[in-house]
Amino acid sequence: MQPSIPASPGPAPVARDYPAGGLAFAHRDLTGIGELARHEILYLLDEAEQWVTLNRQPQKRAGLLDGLTIINAFFENSTRTLLSFEIAGKRLGADVVNMHAATSSVKKGETLIDTAMTLNAMRADAIVIRHASSGAVRLIAGKVDCPVLNAGDGQHEHPTQALLDALTIRHALKLPRGSDLNGLNVTICGDILHSRVARSNILSLTALGAQVRVCAPPALMPAEIEAMGVRVFHDFDAALKGAGIVMMLRLQQERMEGQFIPSPREYRHLYGLTLDRLARAEPGALVMHPGPMNRGIEIDSQVADHVARSLITQQVESGVAIRMACLDVLTRRARGVPGWDAIGGATP
Amino acid sequence: MIPQPVTITGGRLVLPHGAPQSGAIRLVEGRIAALGEVTPEPGDCVIAAGGQLITPGLVDLGVFAVDKPAFHFGGITRAALMPDQGPPLDHPARVRFAALSGKPDMWIHPLAAATRGLAGVELAELALMRDAGARAVATGRRWIGDSGVMARLLSYCAMLGLMVVTHAEDAGMTGQAVATAGEMATRLGLPSAPAQAEALAVGRDIALAEMTGAHVHFRQVTTARALDLVRAAKARGIRVTAGVTPAHFMLSDLELANFRTFSRMSPPLRHDSDRRAVVDAIADGTIDVIASGHDPRGPEDKRLPFADAEPGMAGAETLLPLTLTLVRDGRIDLARAFDLVAGAPARLLGVEAGVLHVGAEADIALVDAERPWVVSSDKMAASAGNTPFDRRPVEGRVTALFKGGAQII
Repeated sequence: MQPSIPASPGPAPVARDYPAGGLAFAHRDLTGIGELARHEILYLLDEAEQWVTLNRQPQKRAGLLDGLTIINAFFENSTRTLLSFEIAGKRLGADVVNMHAATSSVKKGETLIDTAMTLNAMRADAIVIRHASSGAVRLIAGKVDCPVLNAGDGQHEHPTQALLDALTIRHALKLPRGSDLNGLNVTICGDILHSRVARSNILSLTALGAQVRVCAPPALMPAEIEAMGVRVFHDFDAALKGAGIVMMLRLQQERMEGQFIPSPREYRHLYGLTLDRLARAEPGALVMHPGPMNRGIEIDSQVADHVARSLITQQVESGVAIRMACLDVLTRRARGVPGWDAIGGATP
Repeated sequence: MIPQPVTITGGRLVLPHGAPQSGAIRLVEGRIAALGEVTPEPGDCVIAAGGQLITPGLVDLGVFAVDKPAFHFGGITRAALMPDQGPPLDHPARVRFAALSGKPDMWIHPLAAATRGLAGVELAELALMRDAGARAVATGRRWIGDSGVMARLLSYCAMLGLMVVTHAEDAGMTGQAVATAGEMATRLGLPSAPAQAEALAVGRDIALAEMTGAHVHFRQVTTARALDLVRAAKARGIRVTAGVTPAHFMLSDLELANFRTFSRMSPPLRHDSDRRAVVDAIADGTIDVIASGHDPRGPEDKRLPFADAEPGMAGAETLLPLTLTLVRDGRIDLARAFDLVAGAPARLLGVEAGVLHVGAEADIALVDAERPWVVSSDKMAASAGNTPFDRRPVEGRVTALFKGGAQII
């Protein structure tokens, strides 16, 4: 089922329990974790394993996407996600073009649809989009002919972040490929209200069987989030009790001050992850952060840099592998990979 | 031009009370000359209704655009135009122009902007606009946040005898919200505000109505809590009335799935429990008016990410059939349905219309209440097809329409 990959030193594929061919991932686009079935999440994680291995070799190039063009259209500023997608595309051999719409004339005037049609006419083979409005990526996906990957849309979803987080957890806990996260306690703390990372992670972690708790002051907690299968906490210490994984979210200071929280130092007082606080979680609990961090506010440097407890750099590493897996899987139809040609229809 | 006398025979007359009565109607010189047992006179244009309903033309309290084809399709012969125009109706000349903009086959009753530029700060020239043809005053799409301004506006309008049509959402609570706080908004990651934002606004304006004696009409009341406040205020004899649009008694926030911008409304669609409360409030008389809120919006306003799209729907064509669903469900009778869409709005605007009685302006619709049709976004008479009811089968269609005794369709 897997095409031969030049220079791939990965282990021989193990027998997997996925539907054959394109049915293992029956979507044209990746617009959100919410559209995926559990087995599709696991499939992407398993597909990423080979790229984790490849990325640790001195020779990191696979020619899988030779001749394909990938456009990274970022309508909102980003450094690490853009870089991660760019490296992922290049390692797979694709021609990667970055469009920084946030700083270009696209900002106003030309509508999002017009921009999408323009990208489409340039015959991209995949478009990676980040946009400040929830639902923008799905809107574009409905108007173009090639696969669309969501690199973050407003406060809605950031699916590759949730996938890379799940892969990072799996590696940190030394779980073999194919494993889910059944029974794991994960606490997500921070600005849940405005966080697409939190939403995608809640969907992915609960689908994989983890128990998810969310922790934030009431003003930063979305209404009826319990309906997504999580437990709600306002007291960080209580939320940490029994947690095996602690995910901290970035505090967007410019948005917060005086409106949602009185001050960063008061926020740190209640919700900053210090070594003392971390001690209230499970012994050996691991810490994650999607970056960029506000050191000394939501997370202390002693925690962020803790060699045994912090997974923050591993998250970045997994990110490239996950994005390689997503680009590979989504372009299989265009590449005529046997068994994948029939999978079509745009994500509804 | 004075139209030829018309006699419509063999219809069922929808009168202010009771079941429809078999009979005929005769229209002479723009007025209703006779009702009931009527025989056509020589020279009359005779129309056989074939058992269809003979109803008053609809009076639509609160539309955002003058869109004659859509109004006529929907049986609407008079519409109260919201002041949210470009530029706003905050000047007597614009009000006078708007008042004439539909004649002769459609009467537009302008609602004067309560404040200059609808900014909610300085009172507009309300008496001059009244005398230029404004039938009431409206705060526009927005709530007036400053209670002092609102109090002065209401006391002034009480003196002038002008009803104040207000939008009821506490702006501090709503902020940039585009959805009602709840599971749907949370899953979609949309900026949202609690439904209580409406009750807060309604509560304040009821208090101010009581204090000033002004007549406050809440253009749309869409939540159970706010409806309770209106119900209690009416029981205490305070001069408040309430309206709603079909979207809020037919749809809930589940319609926001897939970020459908045609379902972006202001106020936003609510939980289903609130939707049911709206139906109850229509049935028990707490809600006085059903209006279309007609706001045709093209792709440039709607084919955008949800939060960036403009709110509003093209509702004129579906106002009557969707209101008739309440009759079919047994929640209201036919007489009450036409009071909601014609009689009550006409009374609130102080225009002599909306009911069938001898001597009244001959604004008449022939309605086939059982005729099925399918709402289709790309085949609408409106200037844009932004309806959340796309592809929905409905029943009830206007087959003929008369304005001032002259047949339009």
